[in-house]
Amino acid sequence: MFKRSDQDNRPAVKMFVDGAAIAAREGDSVAAALLASGRDIRRATAVSGAPRLPYCMMGVCFDCLVTIDGVGNRQGCLVPVTEGMQIEIQKGKREIGK
Amino acid sequence: MTTMPKRDSYDVVVIGAGPAGLAAAATTAEAGLSTLVLDENVGPGGQVWRAITSTPVVARDRLGADYWAGAELVQELRASGAEIIQQATVWSLDRHLEIAISAGGASAFVKARRVILATGALERPFPIPGWTLPGVMTAGAAQTMLKSSALVPDAPTVIAGQGPLLWLLAAQILRLGGRIDCILDTTERRNYLAALPHALGFVTSPYFTKGLAMMREVKAKVRVVSGVSELAALGDSQLASVSYVSRGRRETIPAELLLLHQGVVPNVNLAMSAGIEHRWDDRQLCWSPVLDPDGNTSVAGIAIAGDGAGIGGASVAVARGRIAARGAVEVLAPDAAAALTAENVLRTTLAQAERGRAFLDVLFRPAPQFRIPSGDTVVCRCEEVTAKDILDAVAIGATGPNQLKAYRRTGMGPCQGRLCGLTVTELMAQARGKSPEEIGYYRLRAPVKPITLAELASVPKTEADVKAVARQ
Amino acid sequence: MHRDYDVAIVGGGLLGSAIAWGLGRLGKTVAVLDEGDIAKRASRANFALVWVQSKGLGMPAYTGWTVRASETWSRLAAELKEQTGLDVCHQRNGGFHLTLSDAEFEQRAQLVTRMHNQVGAADYSMEMLSASEVRKMLPLIGPEVSGGSFCPLDGHVNSLRTFRAFHTGFRQFGVDYFPEQPVSAITRDGGEFRLSTPKGEIHAGKIVLAAGNANQTLAPMVGLSAPMGPTRGQIVVTERTMPFLPHPLTTIRQTDEGTVMIGDSKEDQLDDRVLRHPINAAMADRAQRMFPHLARLNVVRSWAGIRVMPQDGFPIYDQSETHPGAFVACCHSGVTLAPNHAFDIARMVAAGALEPELVGAFSASRFAGDSAGTTDIR
Repeated sequence: MFKRSDQDNRPAVKMFVDGAAIAAREGDSVAAALLASGRDIRRATAVSGAPRLPYCMMGVCFDCLVTIDGVGNRQGCLVPVTEGMQIEIQKGKREIGK
Repeated sequence: MTTMPKRDSYDVVVIGAGPAGLAAAATTAEAGLSTLVLDENVGPGGQVWRAITSTPVVARDRLGADYWAGAELVQELRASGAEIIQQATVWSLDRHLEIAISAGGASAFVKARRVILATGALERPFPIPGWTLPGVMTAGAAQTMLKSSALVPDAPTVIAGQGPLLWLLAAQILRLGGRIDCILDTTERRNYLAALPHALGFVTSPYFTKGLAMMREVKAKVRVVSGVSELAALGDSQLASVSYVSRGRRETIPAELLLLHQGVVPNVNLAMSAGIEHRWDDRQLCWSPVLDPDGNTSVAGIAIAGDGAGIGGASVAVARGRIAARGAVEVLAPDAAAALTAENVLRTTLAQAERGRAFLDVLFRPAPQFRIPSGDTVVCRCEEVTAKDILDAVAIGATGPNQLKAYRRTGMGPCQGRLCGLTVTELMAQARGKSPEEIGYYRLRAPVKPITLAELASVPKTEADVKAVARQ
Repeated sequence: MHRDYDVAIVGGGLLGSAIAWGLGRLGKTVAVLDEGDIAKRASRANFALVWVQSKGLGMPAYTGWTVRASETWSRLAAELKEQTGLDVCHQRNGGFHLTLSDAEFEQRAQLVTRMHNQVGAADYSMEMLSASEVRKMLPLIGPEVSGGSFCPLDGHVNSLRTFRAFHTGFRQFGVDYFPEQPVSAITRDGGEFRLSTPKGEIHAGKIVLAAGNANQTLAPMVGLSAPMGPTRGQIVVTERTMPFLPHPLTTIRQTDEGTVMIGDSKEDQLDDRVLRHPINAAMADRAQRMFPHLARLNVVRSWAGIRVMPQDGFPIYDQSETHPGAFVACCHSGVTLAPNHAFDIARMVAAGALEPELVGAFSASRFAGDSAGTTDIR
């Protein structure tokens, strides 16, 4: 859906989505890195299970909710990526203990 | 950069580091007032100058001169001595000017003698059928990705809506080699006539030449359909196509990405939760705070500058930021005020920056069909409540947004009404034959952004507080 | 507006709505007069428990009245679902009050003993359980939980959906609902009540005052009294999470939607527009000590509400001697007692007289002398 412009010379950051490695860039938000990864990163809502992707990318819509390093329901658009970060795509309500 | 405030009280706390916040904080700090800037993003700049200190898009012509203007102001702020905390979410502000901050998973409280709210704007809800489908995003979202990460669309992409930002985004995407298949312009034809009386202000404003040039640049490369109505996003669990009517004919374009935009509106949550009086702005079709010429609100000590005070754009925001800051300096350090830019100069700058706004407001006034949905179209994205659900609730007695919550849970999800509030007000107003002012808005309360229970639990409390809670 | 009704009900909250629904169900013509969007509404601020344990210390009749409601709730839920299609998610598999120290455990145990010793208390069980016994039923409790009391009659409900179901249902029964029409004056003329609202007068043969704490000012207009002593409470709510809490607690419950409600304070100050974070902090602290995994959940909303509270904590149901046909009804537990209001009080109002064997103890005449009583405890 998105590609990186040739303007982008930032260093790569390796992170994992549901166990699979993806290449992000330093300074990406988690949500941007996920959208750039080309993977199916649709979450399922806690209300009806409907599929969603990030909508506003500025911290207001909460459609980018994602589990980051074991913590559920984080706003992926507000969290910068870090090396080795573990991402899980959420399906439905936040799990107990996450 | 610190993660928590160094002190527990400041002369001035500025909330938001966009154009207004940067200008306000630089001004008060330069005048010698202890100044704290709190901003939710990774870096300063707000939305319009997002990633101004870190963008990978280094070729200056790609994002344009207006974008790079922000770099200077960031420099000014950094040199001013103001304390700046990024990734700090303000989750509460009250009438005593006490501010609750969440940063790095912990909360801190600071007191201010003056607060300048510069929380900016967010995109107006664009509730068309299918707008919750994966692949439908705001134009601002695409612009954020472009500025922060140099990401541009490369799948079949449609941009739909109206307003200056839409054309700017299209130009930026094209300059960076991104893909746009079609632009669907939803501007109502009758708006051109309605805007005519304001045309003089517009053609003498900087918007005019810049805007025309940008539209020419985009139209040379992308098909533009004007007079679009009955817009819908179609697809099963993912966007597959965009459907619309133009010149009486329904058309469908395959698309994987639909970027929507119909202007921006003040981000009112924090201000409203502090009890600041707002009124319905019939021209900008949104809630705006009631302000005096210096930006002072109905709550003593709190001023609002920037788009949160009513949409005006970046230059207006900077001017309002300086004016609000000057107001704070005049009260807290009158001797320092003499060294600041004179008030009449600031007001002239503001008036110049405001030129052309009336024209844009009228020309790009979103059509009722794109503001007031019907049937199964989702209004509240968090709780997944449709227009029909809301009308059903009105039929059994819901009078306003707060009773509607009781009937249908609208606005009770994590976004706290930011994506449905305006739609709910206008939809109920139409259904009940009342004005939006009469219908009102959600009663907002802290926390205006979610914080963890552990963080809330760590807030200092007295024996009496504990006693008010524990039961026999 | 100039219309005649069998009954006009002042107040469209849970209590007024339940009576309106019950009267509509009996075929009466009913008008409900209510305030508008911004009002002090316990109906949208409550904690949604259907609660029996510890109710009625100091007034055994209240215990009986509460047990009666607990036993009738499932019938009400079934009737509402049958009529409106709305599932109010009534659940009655017992509820807990958890304690966080030996001292709290002791204190609660004493309360349980006092309840059991109360002469005339209804026959129901409420027992103290050790921490390990509690853990068998609530596996996620934290190490600080010292035990708690358990009552098998306790339960909870989706109170907002109950409110909606009453409003949907009474419409179907032909009840007229008039929001934005607070009542400013009531007179009685020629066997008919006249209620003044900003939009005109409503005429009715009988009236029920169900305006919560405002009953205190309305009741004297028709020869009744309703001494109130409201308190303020704060509640916080988390985002949705997977089901973890099979039983409701006095201060924590998981809704059918998945959110976790955490309550609630008892404060004397009555401004519902101000939130006091230290109060929420104390509640949050207790909640995370009871269930440590809650610490990571996000709080998405918080609010303050004003409890409808008769001065001694017990309900008031009364009928006027000087103004026959005028009734007053107010109580703290509008959720718990909803079936009694929908079935019993509605029946009594329709018949024109309260039934002393059921509600005689709740007359406001009890305040005539020394009004010292015991306040309601969950």
